[in-house]
Amino acid sequence: MTLHGVLTVAVAALVTALIRFAPFLLFPPGRPMPAYIAYLGRVLPYASIGMLVVYCLRAVNFLPLTAALPDVIAVALTVLSYRKLRNSLLSIMLGTACYMILIRVI
Amino acid sequence: MRGERKAAFVKTVPVIASYLVLGFGFGVLLVSRGYPFYWALLISLTVYAGSMQFVLVDLLTGGAGLLSTALMTLLINARHLFYGISMLERYQHAGRKKPYLIFALTDETYSLLCAEDAPAGLDRYRYYFNVSALGHFYWVLGSLLGPLAGTALPWDFRGVEFSMTALFVVVFTQQWMDARDRLPAVIGLGSSLICLLIFGPGQFILPAMGMILLLLTMLRGRTLAGEAKA
Repeated sequence: MTLHGVLTVAVAALVTALIRFAPFLLFPPGRPMPAYIAYLGRVLPYASIGMLVVYCLRAVNFLPLTAALPDVIAVALTVLSYRKLRNSLLSIMLGTACYMILIRVI
Repeated sequence: MRGERKAAFVKTVPVIASYLVLGFGFGVLLVSRGYPFYWALLISLTVYAGSMQFVLVDLLTGGAGLLSTALMTLLINARHLFYGISMLERYQHAGRKKPYLIFALTDETYSLLCAEDAPAGLDRYRYYFNVSALGHFYWVLGSLLGPLAGTALPWDFRGVEFSMTALFVVVFTQQWMDARDRLPAVIGLGSSLICLLIFGPGQFILPAMGMILLLLTMLRGRTLAGEAKA
């Protein structure tokens, strides 16, 4: 309940919002968007999701190799089931259930 | 109105588990460090950034300076810059809903909304708004349930956080199958992997973002050609 606590939360909230708002403040709708930025807007969704996948798996330990098995198998199951069935929710549930079982078994 | 809400709910089902459980974990952690439960509510409402909020607990209890809090937030959430750039056009005409849509642009909201447009026949901004607000709601609810339910989950939910990874993996696969040009996806995945190997899990995001921007910029002509006549 300290002032320091309130200020720390405020700073975290403000900086987070600032990062999220920055592109919209820099490129307001009134002015034509630079072609380069429009290009980034088209290709970044693909690159960002690739980055997010690595971000989520960043802490996976490959030494010993068996430690990485739950992640590797669960990711593979998620990808393969999605390719076969094209059902996002089902693949997420399958992958997660598989992971939750494997970390208890391996 | 009902149509948008229903479609948004269906869309957000994949994030319910991870938001509730991660929010729960955050709430429990904060309260275990001596903060009252309404601090979890306050933080989840105003900051609304998953991994940042866990770091924030350490910053709060460790008495970190405001400048280091600002820098830490910048470092952890810098990846959100990419989301804003990606959504510039999509959110351009969102009107009064625009500020909230931007505020609520988390990893999960972004991955739910960046891949495809609103279902046909629906007011797209209402749909985006409902998806964003539902995610926020699950997150806040989780952070409140944590402190109120006690210090531990009633069941062993260990591993359920993988649903977040699975969500991103599914979106990646979906984009991979649908994209005319797979190079941006390869660049995102490859740059991040290379930077992870070089810089380690704690500091790879900023170099990875730099490498992604550099490569995308260098290959602009090529990718544009690949995407022409969309």
